Amino acid sequence: MERTEAELIAAVLRGDAESFEPLVQKFSPRVFATARRYARRESEVEDIAQEVWLKAFQKLGSFRAEAPFEHWLMRLTVRTCYDFLRSHQRNRELSFSDLSDPEEDWLEHFVSRPETANEHADAAKQLIERILAQLTPAARLVITLLEIEERSVKEIAALTGWSIPLVKVRAFRARAEMKKVLAKLKKEKYL
Amino acid sequence: MDLNDLQSKLVAAARAQPPSGAVPYGFERRIMARIKGLAVVDHWALWARALWQAAASCVALTLLLAALSLFAAPGKSPGGDISQEFENTVLAAADLEQPPADTLW
Repeated sequence: MERTEAELIAAVLRGDAESFEPLVQKFSPRVFATARRYARRESEVEDIAQEVWLKAFQKLGSFRAEAPFEHWLMRLTVRTCYDFLRSHQRNRELSFSDLSDPEEDWLEHFVSRPETANEHADAAKQLIERILAQLTPAARLVITLLEIEERSVKEIAALTGWSIPLVKVRAFRARAEMKKVLAKLKKEKYL
Repeated sequence: MDLNDLQSKLVAAARAQPPSGAVPYGFERRIMARIKGLAVVDHWALWARALWQAAASCVALTLLLAALSLFAAPGKSPGGDISQEFENTVLAAADLEQPPADTLW
C-alpha cells in the first residue's frame, strides 16, 4: 500500500532516510520546472534542485503539516532560486549585441507586423530569457512569479517570505526595470 | 516599436512555453546517496531526547529509593518508632544540660 506524504515525512523524522525517496520522485519534476525558470544551464538547474532537496531533508523538522508538503517545498525552491540569482548576478548579460538569427528575425517580424508575431516561437522564448537575464534578481523573481506564472501578490509574499507591501514595491520597480531593458533593446537594435 | 506590446508578446511567449519538468536520469539515486551520507542533526530533537532519557533515569532512581525505604527501613530500625527516636536525639542535649530540680532553689 502506498504511504501518504504525512506517513513518509513522519518516518523520515524518525530516522528512516529511505522514506524520503518517494517524496524526491514525486516532487522533483516541479522543482526542476521551477529551477529552469531561473537558470539556463542544465548543470545549474541540477545544482539548484540538489540544494533544494538537501535543504528539504535537513529542515524537514521545521515542516508543519498545516499546509501541504508541496507548498512548503515550493517556498524552499523559490528561495533557493533567488539565492542562486543573487550569487550569479555578476554574470548577468548586459548587452543585446549577440542575438541569434531567429531572435533577430522574430524582432524584425514584430516591428513590421506586431499582431502576427508568433508567441509560440522558440525565438520569442529565448528573447524573453535574455531580457529576464538582464534584470536584477528581485526584479526577475517578481516578473516571473507575477507576470509569467500569474500568481497573486499574496502568493508571492508567501513564496518569497517578503511582506505584501514589499512585493508591491518590488513589482513596481521590476516593471520599470523591464521597460528600461526593453528600451535598451530598442535603442541597440533600431536607433 | 511599442514596448508595452513587445513586453506583452514576450511574457505571453514565456507563458505559452513553460519549462520542462524533466528530471535527469539517476537524479533521485544521487540525492539519496547524498542524503544517506548526511546525519540528521536536529539539535532540538537531540536535546529533547537527552531530557527524556534523564527524566526516565530520575524516575527509575526515585522508584528504587522509594522501594528500598518502604521494604528495607522497618527491618533495620531497632526501636520501631522513628519519630520517637528522632525526638530523643534532638532533645538529648537539652536533657543533659538541664540541672536537677532540687538545685534550682
